[in-house]
Amino acid sequence: MTAVHHGEAGTPVDVNDPHLTRFDIVKEGLRRDDIEIVTYESHFHGQNSKAERRIVRNIAFLLLLSGLFTAAFLVFYIVWPWEFELGHTRSDYYTPILGITLGLGLLSLGFAILAWAKKLLPHELSIQQRHGDPSSDDERLITGQTMMYVADELGVARRPLLKGAIAIGAAPLGLAVAAPLVGGLIKDPHKGPNPMMTTTGFSSDANGGKLVRLTREDGSPIRPEDVSAGGQMTVYPGIPHGATNKYADSPTLLIHLRADDAAETRKNAEADKNGRNVGSMWGNYVAYSKICTHAGCPASLYEQQTNRLLCPCHQSQFNIKDNAQPIFGPATRRLPMLPLTVDEEGFFVAAEDYKDVVGPDFWERP
Amino acid sequence: MKRRKIDLAEAPKNFAKGVDDRFQAATPLRGLLNKVFPDHWSFLLGEIALFSFIVLLLSGVFLTLFFDPSMKEVPYDGSYLALKGTMMSAAYESSLHLSFEVRGGLFMRQLHHWAALLFMASIIVHMARVFFTGAFRKPREINWVIGVLLFLLGFFAGFTGYSLPDDGLSGTGLRIASAIMLTLPVIGTWLSAAIFGGEFPGELIIGRFYIAHVLLIPGILLGLIAAHLGIVFKQKHTQWPGPLRTNENVVGERMFPRYAMKQGGFFMAVFGVIALLAGLFQINPIWLFGPYRAAEVSSASQPDFYVMFMDGLVRLMPNWQIYIPFGDGYSIPPMFWPAVVGLGALFTLPMAYPWLEARKLKDKRSHHLLERPRDNPERVGIGMMALTFFLVATISGGNDVIADKFHISLNAMTWAGRIGLLLLPPLAYYISVRICLGLQQHDRQVLAHGVETGIIKRLPNGQFVEVHQPLGPVDDHGHPIPLEYAGWVVPKKMNRLGALAPAIKGFFYPVEKPADIPVSPAVGGPAKREEIKSGR
Repeated sequence: MTAVHHGEAGTPVDVNDPHLTRFDIVKEGLRRDDIEIVTYESHFHGQNSKAERRIVRNIAFLLLLSGLFTAAFLVFYIVWPWEFELGHTRSDYYTPILGITLGLGLLSLGFAILAWAKKLLPHELSIQQRHGDPSSDDERLITGQTMMYVADELGVARRPLLKGAIAIGAAPLGLAVAAPLVGGLIKDPHKGPNPMMTTTGFSSDANGGKLVRLTREDGSPIRPEDVSAGGQMTVYPGIPHGATNKYADSPTLLIHLRADDAAETRKNAEADKNGRNVGSMWGNYVAYSKICTHAGCPASLYEQQTNRLLCPCHQSQFNIKDNAQPIFGPATRRLPMLPLTVDEEGFFVAAEDYKDVVGPDFWERP
Repeated sequence: MKRRKIDLAEAPKNFAKGVDDRFQAATPLRGLLNKVFPDHWSFLLGEIALFSFIVLLLSGVFLTLFFDPSMKEVPYDGSYLALKGTMMSAAYESSLHLSFEVRGGLFMRQLHHWAALLFMASIIVHMARVFFTGAFRKPREINWVIGVLLFLLGFFAGFTGYSLPDDGLSGTGLRIASAIMLTLPVIGTWLSAAIFGGEFPGELIIGRFYIAHVLLIPGILLGLIAAHLGIVFKQKHTQWPGPLRTNENVVGERMFPRYAMKQGGFFMAVFGVIALLAGLFQINPIWLFGPYRAAEVSSASQPDFYVMFMDGLVRLMPNWQIYIPFGDGYSIPPMFWPAVVGLGALFTLPMAYPWLEARKLKDKRSHHLLERPRDNPERVGIGMMALTFFLVATISGGNDVIADKFHISLNAMTWAGRIGLLLLPPLAYYISVRICLGLQQHDRQVLAHGVETGIIKRLPNGQFVEVHQPLGPVDDHGHPIPLEYAGWVVPKKMNRLGALAPAIKGFFYPVEKPADIPVSPAVGGPAKREEIKSGR
């Protein structure tokens, strides 16, 4: 057990003195770095004690274990069947085996190193001075004045012409650097004959003036009798790619209401002040945008008993019988109703595009 | 010509000489080897974040070798039969390919995801440690700000990362992100159109998120982490108060070899835990969600846990819309407040806190000694208030799952969250301030009167009193002279004073040598002990 006590490290030593031990030289380095070792002691009494040998054995065992697990990782990585097959197969265990072998291998290695450091290496208590004092006032003054002198040397203050010229010369360069970054990204959300914020795939303008059919995901059109009373169906605009994410605002929920509910829904649509939903129903059928007016998730959970639509993202709830008014949750705006009718072949079509903006709300919504 | 023989024994010496000739490395290297680090378990929480980040970089590079950041629609033709023939983006297709047809690919994906969760979780815990112990005080305010920025960047790294597979869940997240951009007054639609390259979802977003996720964000993260560590190195770590410890020194152990070795071992242990998690616990099984379709979502769509607080805030926000009757009429959707203003405040207020506190306390000194949480009840109260807010918001981010599993009304959960968000933080403030004051008082009591011994004495007049063991010297009447509080643990139990026989060492067999008597710094060393008898 060695203990270096306070005060011993105060005097410099000649490091070339051949009588010095290596630890003496280390201590001289510590002295120069303003570090003092207060205690420095081994965990063990005497060299090669029983306790020490036990710790060494434990560390060796952990290292061995680490090697074993890591080797097992490699073996399993190579030989275990890993290709995915349907059903319950041996390949299901591939990832867990990799995790267990690699994880335990790393953990044993980690614990071996930790045990080595904590149990075998001498425990020490050292003190280092922080030297966190700020620079002296003189130093601060010199640095400050040096910087000011740099400005003097440039002489911008003395030469007003340069000052103006720099401003005029540098500003366009800065803008020129920023312009491609910003300009390339800008896209006018309100431009074009079918501005993206306010039109959906049900707009007949994009369909050559023809009314757009309501279709299933596979593109097949829908007859009224395809939806049973009380049932509902997600429909898409019957145009090319109408059911893909290209028309992410277009998915619509077509609902076949029971007769009494339908009457009530129609009554509410007519009683509504802005009257936009009047005449949008077709028989007992009503179609609402599926895109929640809150954050744009599909408000797809339809509760048949209460005639509510629930959005699973933030739990906004809409009353189907009352113009899809929001009745709970963070949504403020009702789901727009798609004006429905049936074409000469008896398939559902959109009489026109949504009258209200579909999807999440924004600043300049008309 | 005679060839000079190379002396191998001299080679390292010559090499070192050469290095020092060129870089003058000897003195700074010695300084590095000798640098003293204070040690405490709570200082290792930040290390977990650092080690997770290294695992993230390693596993992330592997993932980039197989991922295709393209939104081109392709039919699926892989070994997962349930999706055979389904049209999906190339990004999703390559993520499935990585999970099913690359040897060990699924393991690496899960390793990456678990490392990301551990990264964020350890940042939160590390920040709490720094906050509650006052480690952010002068001169470390800038490093605190960098830490908050690291959390913010981690948040965006995580979000861009789990958006990349373009599965049903991540597409829903993107949709909400687009809606959040739309809520910005004036520039909302323009911002969303610029980022998505037109209408949501467009065909560019995965490619753009990819470059942000693998280059821009990690690049900034790497720079900030380097700055964070560099500043810790320059300013030297804080330490707890205690014997020998002052505001001007660092008491601990030298960096090499013991401290550095412990760090290395800890890294392996953290890596091992992440590997176990990655192998044993499935995370983000993207094949179950299917490709993103605008019309499809399942219930229980939750983001990763560190984004849930924002989702929760958005859920709890009442439907208050601001209409501005001007021109054609403008509106600010309610989601603007939690998602934009709320997120902004949640990051800027903590950044300003070090200066706010210093201003309130008129404290301009530099602090290198930590404060025990109880010694600053106000700060603990504020911190607990913030944590409670975060917790209520996070729980509300999963309120549909809780409602479903516990058969509670969903609307009741929302209302509970709304009320809880307003009531619980002040309550947490009050309770934690009271606890701190109580702990403070108990410390002072023990310092003044000594430790309760559990020995009841009967006085000649019949009165029963408990014998107290004074911690310091006593006056002529045997009453303890009150001790000054030193900002560190006050021993409150007799066995902390070495009064009870130490436990026998050894796991299977007792080690027949009694262990050293635990020493309390306040007492100053092991004292002679007498067996406490029953007093017959």
